[in-house]
Parts: sequence; structure tokens; C-alpha cells
Amino acid sequence: MAGSILGNRVLRKEDPKFLTTGGVYVDDMQSEPLLHGAAHVTFVRSQLAHAIINGIDVSAALEAPGVIAVHTAATLNLLPEASSYNPGVARTLLASDRVRYVGEPVAVIVTEQANQGEDAADLVVIDYEPLEVLVDLEQAMASTTLLYPAAGSNVAVDSTVWGMPDVTGDDFFSDCDVVVKGRFVNQRLAPCPLEVRGSAVAWVDGRLYQWISTQHAQGVRDQINKSDASSNVRVMTPDVGGGFGAKISAYPEEIVLGRVAQAVGRPLRWRETRSESMLSLGHGRAQLQYVTIGGTRDGKVLAYRLEAIQDSGAFVDVGAVLAPACTRPMSSGVYAIPRIECRTKSVVTNTTPIVAYRGAGRPEATAAIERAMDMFAAEIGMDAAEVRRKNLIPRFMEPHTTAIGQAYDVGDYEVALDKVLDASKYSELRTEQATRRQRGDRHQLGIGVSVYVEITSGGTNHEDARIEVLPDGRAIVYTGTSPHGQGHVTAWSMIASEHTGIPMDKIDVVWGDTDIIPDGLGTYGSRSLQLGGAAVHQTAQKLVELARSVAASMLEAAEADVVLDTSRGAFHVAGTPAVAVTWAELATRRAAEGGLAISDRFTSGGATFPFGAHVAVVEVDTETGKVTHLKQVACDDAGTVLNPLLLEGQIHGGIAQGSAQALLEEFVYDEDGNPKTGNLAEYAFISAVEAPRIELVPMETPTPRNPLGAKGVGESGTIGSTPAVQSAVVDAVSHLGVRHIDMPTTPERVWRAINQ
Amino acid sequence: MKVSITINGTTQSHDVEPRTLLVHYIREHAHLTGTNIGCDTSSCGACTVHLDGEAVKSCTILAAQADGGTVTTIEGLTKNGEMHPMQKAFMENHGLQCGYCTPGMVMAAIGLLNENPKPSEEEVRLGLEGNLCRCTGYHNIVKSVLAAANK
Repeated sequence: MAGSILGNRVLRKEDPKFLTTGGVYVDDMQSEPLLHGAAHVTFVRSQLAHAIINGIDVSAALEAPGVIAVHTAATLNLLPEASSYNPGVARTLLASDRVRYVGEPVAVIVTEQANQGEDAADLVVIDYEPLEVLVDLEQAMASTTLLYPAAGSNVAVDSTVWGMPDVTGDDFFSDCDVVVKGRFVNQRLAPCPLEVRGSAVAWVDGRLYQWISTQHAQGVRDQINKSDASSNVRVMTPDVGGGFGAKISAYPEEIVLGRVAQAVGRPLRWRETRSESMLSLGHGRAQLQYVTIGGTRDGKVLAYRLEAIQDSGAFVDVGAVLAPACTRPMSSGVYAIPRIECRTKSVVTNTTPIVAYRGAGRPEATAAIERAMDMFAAEIGMDAAEVRRKNLIPRFMEPHTTAIGQAYDVGDYEVALDKVLDASKYSELRTEQATRRQRGDRHQLGIGVSVYVEITSGGTNHEDARIEVLPDGRAIVYTGTSPHGQGHVTAWSMIASEHTGIPMDKIDVVWGDTDIIPDGLGTYGSRSLQLGGAAVHQTAQKLVELARSVAASMLEAAEADVVLDTSRGAFHVAGTPAVAVTWAELATRRAAEGGLAISDRFTSGGATFPFGAHVAVVEVDTETGKVTHLKQVACDDAGTVLNPLLLEGQIHGGIAQGSAQALLEEFVYDEDGNPKTGNLAEYAFISAVEAPRIELVPMETPTPRNPLGAKGVGESGTIGSTPAVQSAVVDAVSHLGVRHIDMPTTPERVWRAINQ
Repeated sequence: MKVSITINGTTQSHDVEPRTLLVHYIREHAHLTGTNIGCDTSSCGACTVHLDGEAVKSCTILAAQADGGTVTTIEGLTKNGEMHPMQKAFMENHGLQCGYCTPGMVMAAIGLLNENPKPSEEEVRLGLEGNLCRCTGYHNIVKSVLAAANK
């Protein structure tokens, strides 16, 4: 028997294509026959943040070269569609009576050539009546100007309305020797997948066919069918150039595309520009946090309060519910805090709507508690690692429920902390820091520690898979997940090969076509391996049992006597390996009976809770405020590892995005709601120069909630790294009296903090 | 206007609008879609190709400026079915995830080693500053380039 392939550093099957011809992203589908003769779509977008629309004049645009049609909500008969989370918040897919953020689509232009639309868009005249612009969250809460008058308030989602307890008064901290308060801005970020949004549509025999760059084809199908029941849409997913949560759901531009194609009677292609994407692809984070933490002088935390005000942007999308659904339950972090209370309010503003972005509600929870722990430690003069150790939930291998009411699966936090402290040579770093401080060096060293736990696969607990063996011996794995960089082709092939003995290079993986895979929940929330991978695992086991019964009849033997030799992918009677039937022979035998295939659904025992610890090392130039992120040492426990190569890749990328939030990136509006970072020349997208050196320390604590023992790893690198890096910056200048610097810790902010 | 460009060893002539960028020429006239477009401010480097042996962002020059020139794109790197050492290094070191920045990143990395065959890690990072990646955190990209340099 060959050894198991699972747990090995298997190179990706996906790579040769990406490296030699490039992927086929939606904009690359030049030879698709159904898109032959496609016209091109350009959206006319609002240039005001908040205004009543009194009229839209498209006459000049209609005369522009190459223009086939110009449509608005009125000409397409679009009706208001309500948010899933607040029925009073409703909008048409193209703005009709009012615009609520700069970049909101108002009209759509169809042209023969791609480059003609932008010229024509300038000729659409929109008669605006400006309204008060609400960019600031607290101003929006207090204002009598309502973005959605029918909702009755700019607070669109409130955790107390969801039945969660409110926060109380000062008595909550009455037994605490020390109480520290903080106001933290978890700033707005642009997700920035390298591939912007794109989609193409064609009507085929009365049905809509839509190709789209998405993380979840089946969800997009349901959205489009809900908006236009007559479309009976088939959604197909080409290669997707990154998503990071921002491509989970379809956007108005994508949902309306089918109706535009119907109106003009042509297939259509749409691809936004990066500058459009910066304004109209959903943003992430954008949470204002008021924290209060109290405890004893010797470092024991007794009570913690988090009041989170979530910016929802100009609509109530999923970003509005992440605060009550993800931030609140994870507010305790890794700590055994006897009393916790948390209230969240999500507020509409005249800014780009907030959606999920890598971590989606959990980085905000972790940042709040970790920053609070640091400020508590600073107040009592205790080391950042020590105060954490003193409050960690002790190792547990049965579910542990925190004071806020969230149950975690398994945890071993102190070991993770010890591992990163050892690997980073923490005490030596502290010595070096003390030396630099004593010398009064211009470049000071900062050391940040975070210990975190997060929730993966929180919203879903099942996934589908189908495995089919073809008469030539090849196998096809159909999955409900939807890879866009994670390496599912390799990972699912490893799992299927492990059980069947069919070589990895004879296994294909198919996803993202709703006619072929009607049931699927896509890829987000770090759910894929623990659910989709587990579904492949379970389905492969059942396929082997089916094959065994077919083999038994072919070999004229009892099923119990038939064994699978996975080293050569053949079944034989135990003891007589010379007489065997192969997968190809079994599939051929079954060809008349619907083939050799199994479809199955895996249902897990619940969400999983990856955890870990990070140490960030930064250098701060005390004269200029410039921060250099020297190193990140990370121990991320995602349970049993299927392929360390893929796991490390996820953590590396996560750490860079965490470092980016802590140090560089912020999406900024002026007070009139005009974006100040609306392209990649202005938005501080992290590059190879700023990204840190990374050292990973392995740790595997399997979860009992799925047969692979796997927890999610797609987001934990971001969740663990962000607070450690921010903390390191504050730590570098803490001897100068600094207690807190909001993210991103730009040179100006650091300089001001030092010189205040 | 007519432009004639040798792409991946084949000379092609097309009538193009004077404002056509080289990247649009490559994608829409030569139908080579491996070269990607990631921004509109020449910030991301996804469209990096080689023009007369030098790595350039193909969104920063007009097709007309490349008239008579020689262009190599990601599709032109493989020789007799063998990947270029840089392509192999990216595969062996997991230097790519979603693949979107990859063609430009590989072309930029080859350009970097052409100018500096034995770069330090610092020099690799500086050399790739104009090529953005959202997936890898650059860690394995830097590792890939250093591995290719040491072959």
C-alpha cells in the first residue's frame, strides 16, 4: 500500500494553465459562441453622494457614436427591491428617485465597441437636487435626514431589536480596580481583488445564461431569479481573479444585465474599470468601537463591554449584519472574561455599501478585545504577553461557552502563545527594545502580540459533492464550493484519490455551473475544506462502497471479501490480487445503469474555531513616523492540515492583508461624500516592499466537527495579524506616552501621536 | 492606422485606432488573453509584457509606439512544451493563487533577473514594487524569484 497523500506538500494542478496561457476570466471568453456579436455595457454612475433625481436626459448619449441603447430604471420598469435585513430599505437596481453614494449606477449604455460607452456616459444629463450628505457614522445616527425614510431611521440593524441584551451602566465594572476605555476606528477598506467585476449574458431559448466573476454561483442564480423570475437563469463561473468576500453576492449591475440584454436583443459583456470597482464593489470593515475593560491590578480581566457602530454604507447588505452575527459572538476572544456585554448598531451612510471582506466581522471583534487588553496591560504596567496568558481560556477539548454565549469547539491557546513567543525570541526582542530606548535611538522597535480565535463556516453547515467515474477510468468531482485561488482542484483531487486510488492527474474538478451543480453554497467564510472537502471525503467513501458491490458481482465474490488496492486503483478478492477489476472496468460495467457515480451531502457538527497567536515586529522612525513591518511570526491552528503548501499560502496572504489594514490602507471620503482614494494610485494597496517577512509555526488541533479534522484557514491570518501589527506600532512609541493610534498607523498619525 | 508587431515570434499587422493601448492590442487584436488588466492608473502591473526584451506595463504605451517591435507575453515563454525556469519556480514555490497577477508578475520577474541576475531579497521586493498581488502576501512570489535566480 502506498502511504497517504493527505498532509503532504502537493504542488497545485491548477498552476500550469495559469502560468503558461493564463486563466480564462470572464473578460477572456473571446471564443464563447453564445457571446458572438455581444455588445458592450457601461454604467452611468452618480457623481453626487446624496441627491434627489428630478430627471435623466439620455437624448445626447443616444446620438453618440456606437450607442445602441441607453436604459434607466424607468425604461426597464425596475421596481424597488428591499434589503433582506430591513424591509424599509429598498432601492431600484438603477437609481430612480434618489442617489445615495458616489458610484451608484443610474443608467446603462449599450455600445458596439467597449470604448464607446465611456464617451457616451459623459453625455447623460442627470438633474440632481442635492441633499445633506451623511458620511460620518455618528452624524448619520443623529441626523433627521434619512437615507431611507420608509425605514424610519438611519440605524438599519440594531442588535437589541434582534433580541440581544443591551449594554448596562457603570455598575457593570463596580468590582474592578482598574477600568480603561477606548474609542477605536476599524477603518473602511477596499477589498481589491486583482480581477474587478465582470459578467456576460446571452438569452438562449428563453433562458438567461450568465457568466460572472463570483464566489457563489448558486446564490447569484437565486438573486437573479428573485429579481426577475422569468429569467430562469443558468449561472456559470469562469476563472475568478480573487474575491475576498466582496464577490459572494451579485451586485445591481450584474442582476440587471439580463434585462438589458433582453431589451436590446443582443448578448452583452460588462467589465468595470478599476476606478469604478473602487467605488462600487462593496467595501469592508468600517466599524467604530467603544470599548470598556475592567479588572484587577494584578491583571485579571473581570468585565468587558463592546459597543460597535457598524457603517452599513448606502444600502443594507451583508455588511450590516456582520456586527451582530460575527463581531458580537466573538467579542470574548480567547479570554475567560466573567462578564461581557455587547451592543451593535448598523447605520446607513452616503458611502459605498459594506459587504464581507476577509474575516468579515471577526477581525473587528479581535481588534477590539486585543486593543483593549493592550490598554489594560499598559494601565497596570504588565507585559502584553503576560496579561494575555493570565486571562486565556485554559485548554479545552469539549465545547467551551464564553460569557457572551458563544460555544467554541476546541482550543489550546496558551500553547499557541508559547510557540510564537519562542519562535520570535520574544525576550530577546524586549531586550533589544530596551537597549534602543535607553540609547534614545531614532528608530524604535515595537513588538505586538495577539492571541485570537475566530469562527469559520459560521453561517452554513453543509455542502454537496458528486463523484463520477468514467469508462476510461478518469473521475470527475463536482463540488458546491467555488475556488478563486484556494486550490480546490488540487485539494479535492487529493481527497478523492486518497480513497479511490485513482491518480490525481486523472481527476477533474468541476464547479460553479448551476445547471450541472444546482446545490452549492460556494466559497467564503473559510468554509470550503471543512464542508466541501468533507463532502468529497464522504462521497468518495460511498463511491468505493458502491464500486465494491459492483466488483463483487463481477468477481463473483461476497462483497465483504472484496478489497480496494488504492496503490493501483483496482478491486480484488482478498488474497488473490492477480484477478482484479479496475475503476475503468467498473464504470464500463455500470454504463447502462446510469454510470458509476455518487452524489451526497455532508452535514457538519457545527462551526469550527481556528485559533492562534501572532508576534509582529516593527520599526518606527520617531522623527518621521514611518513604520516598517520587519517580521510577522504566526502560529495558526486550523486543525488537521490537508496540504501545508495551500495552508501556508492562505496564511501568507491573510497576514499581508492584516498588515495592510494596520499600516496602510483606508478608503476615505471627504465631507461631501467624494471618494479620495478611488483608484489604485491613491489607495495604499500593499506591495512587496511593505509586506513583512513571515515565519509560520505549525500547530494542529483537530476539530471533531468533521471527519477531516479541518478548520478554516482563509481568514485567520488576517484576523490574527492585524491587531498584533497595530499593537507593535503603539508599543514602539509607548515609552513616549502613547496608548493608542488608530489604523492605518500612517506616518502622519504616528508622528502626531508622538508629538502631541 | 496600421501597426506591425512581432508577438511571441509571429509578426502580425492590424489596423488600429491611434489611441489603442498595447495591452488592448495584445488582448483584442492578437487575441492573447493571458495578459490581464488590473487597473486604470498603471499601478498594478498585471499587464506587464516584454517589449524588445524589456519588461513594460503594456497599458502605459500605445500599440503605435510598439510598431515594428518584438513583444513576448506569458503565452510565449514556454519552449517546446517546457516551462521557463521562472514559470517552474512559481509552480514549485506556490507563487500564485488566483492567477490574475501571475502573467504580469512572471514577466516582471524575468525582466528583473535580466537586469540583476543575483538579486538580494530586498532587491526582489523593490523590483516587484510595481506589480500588485492580493492573494500571496508576496512571500512565495519573492521565494519563487530567488529560487529562479539560483538555478
